[in-house]
Amino acid sequence: FPETCITMFTRTRPIHSIHYHSKAQWQLKLYLTDQQKEFQEVARKFSREEIIPVAQDYDKSAEYPVPLIRRAWELGLMNAHIPEDCGGLGLSIFDACLITEELAYGCTGVQTAIEANSLGQMPVILCGNDAQKKKYLGRLTEEPLMCAYCVTEPGAGSDVAGIKTRAEKKGDEYIVNGQKMWITNGGKANWYFLLTRTNPDPKCPASKAFTGFIVDANTPGIQIGRKEMNMGQKCSDTRGITFEDVRIPKENVLIGEGAGFKIAMGAFDRTRPPVAAGATGLAQRALDEATKYALERKTFGRVIHQAVSFILAEMTMKVELARMAYQRAAWEVDQGRRNTYYASIAKAFAGDIANQVASDAVQIFGGNGFNSEYPVEKLLRDAKIYQIYEGTAQIQRLIIAREHLGKYQQ
Amino acid sequence: MTARVLVGVKRVIDYAVKIRVKPDNTGVVTDGVKHSMNPFCEIAVEEAVRLKEKKLVQEVVAVSCGPQQVQETIRTALAMGADRGIHVEVSGKDYDSLGPLQVSKILAALAKKEEASLIILGKQAIDDDCNQTGQMTAALLDWPQGTFASELVIEGDKVKVVREIDGGLETIKLNMPVVVTADLRLNTPRYATLPNIMKAKKKKIANMKPGDLGVDMTSRVEVLRVDEPPQRQAGVKVESVEDLVSKLKEAGRI
Repeated sequence: FPETCITMFTRTRPIHSIHYHSKAQWQLKLYLTDQQKEFQEVARKFSREEIIPVAQDYDKSAEYPVPLIRRAWELGLMNAHIPEDCGGLGLSIFDACLITEELAYGCTGVQTAIEANSLGQMPVILCGNDAQKKKYLGRLTEEPLMCAYCVTEPGAGSDVAGIKTRAEKKGDEYIVNGQKMWITNGGKANWYFLLTRTNPDPKCPASKAFTGFIVDANTPGIQIGRKEMNMGQKCSDTRGITFEDVRIPKENVLIGEGAGFKIAMGAFDRTRPPVAAGATGLAQRALDEATKYALERKTFGRVIHQAVSFILAEMTMKVELARMAYQRAAWEVDQGRRNTYYASIAKAFAGDIANQVASDAVQIFGGNGFNSEYPVEKLLRDAKIYQIYEGTAQIQRLIIAREHLGKYQQ
Repeated sequence: MTARVLVGVKRVIDYAVKIRVKPDNTGVVTDGVKHSMNPFCEIAVEEAVRLKEKKLVQEVVAVSCGPQQVQETIRTALAMGADRGIHVEVSGKDYDSLGPLQVSKILAALAKKEEASLIILGKQAIDDDCNQTGQMTAALLDWPQGTFASELVIEGDKVKVVREIDGGLETIKLNMPVVVTADLRLNTPRYATLPNIMKAKKKKIANMKPGDLGVDMTSRVEVLRVDEPPQRQAGVKVESVEDLVSKLKEAGRI
């Protein structure tokens, strides 16, 4: 390592610079560019001034935060990844993570509704042909429309290769039958990225058996289920969706028949860092609320007794490390390198610490923390899903082990 | 249509920051402290951009005086919709003693150079609360002034300004060219959207020095000392109205 001299910049926009200086000394410089700071400012202002005041209300009503989504869209905070030739900003994953962390600080329910758009779009951005990109991504930049990533089923979450939704080719169309579940933005999306099994032979390997489609949500035969009432992130719209003889034109196949599994998985390297950033935003909020409370509350005649300050210290360690982890994961993929190892580490770590830090925050608030008039119980309820969606904590560990052992065996 | 609006923007310590006086009492701590555009300057920029959107002015030029960092403030103005920026470099001792007199001389010189017919400034800066720059600039240029504006309407070659005054609202009509200073209720400044921030990078910021404009920067004011306001004393609770009256009498208040 100290032998090499690597200076890293991307294309024409230096987004983030890490210098490793050679031989005896190595310097590590991590800084945000002016533009990144400005983006972060806009996201922060929007989050603190417009999301936070209404977050509790949305949590109680579980109503989809349409005005906030519209505002985020107007400010350019949504659809960051869409390339410029489709009307988007073509931002790097790192930039998108900065924005996501700020939005999540305000409310992860709102942020998830916005982030689910990124997940749904990613297969199209990465693998769509020009016509598909212009049509479906263009729609999202012309109006504040939503999309969704439609893969999970009642019987298959972690085991993506176990999905049963079938697509059968008939002439110039595919007929789709099956059931999807826990689809974020399921009831609000204008179109879905849909993963189906096109090869019914159970011996066919996963790399050839699945096909990814773009499906218009108003296609006849699509039945959208009821809005599910969840533990947290309540204002985010999660539903089951049934496909009954839904006809999809062959033009809507991504890449080609059989390429679906790779497309679905490939999106994660780019969407896991922002999800980790979201968990970090929640953790930062929990830390800030707990710190504010601890400084106001007098116990044993003093502000903050030592046991509480230690809890705060550990919360701080976790938040800072989670941030560094997602920044590294984002930066790696922006540099054009495969970042699976870092993305999984970031997502696993951030999801776990978000839960720990939120729980610690409730602890610091004491009895008040358990009560819905104080902001931290919502954070604990919102945090749990970060260990489940976008690859469970267990799946992340499988991936990390595989990547790590793979390196050793080389 | 009015050709050019000049908008002055000042980089100040952010309004949300808790100010601390330096231990040597020569000023306040600015190192490492969050700075942003003066809120009244934001309102001024917003008004200028709205005039451009209504096609009542052709070009909005944002100006700031100070060291390298003020370019951030100019860029914020560009992201809000200003067309180009001018950075008048002032640093070191000159920056420490920079006040309304010097800034108004600079703005007056720039207004002539740029052939601006409208100058919009914030009514005052939140760090020094001088409330002088707009008035001085108008005097140096011998232009009419509409200060504490809560409404600004361009009618041909005249400007109608509704001013917030102690007694209420005063409406005046001024012949262009004019200087207007923005008060709180003039408008609500827009966010810079992400696309606009990216577009702002392509907009030009010209650099110049006060000397290029023939401005003498010497200050007639010397700051002797800066102190924190006296600590708030604890109050006294009384049981009854009679107690209250007698305590007030004791303190010589009534």
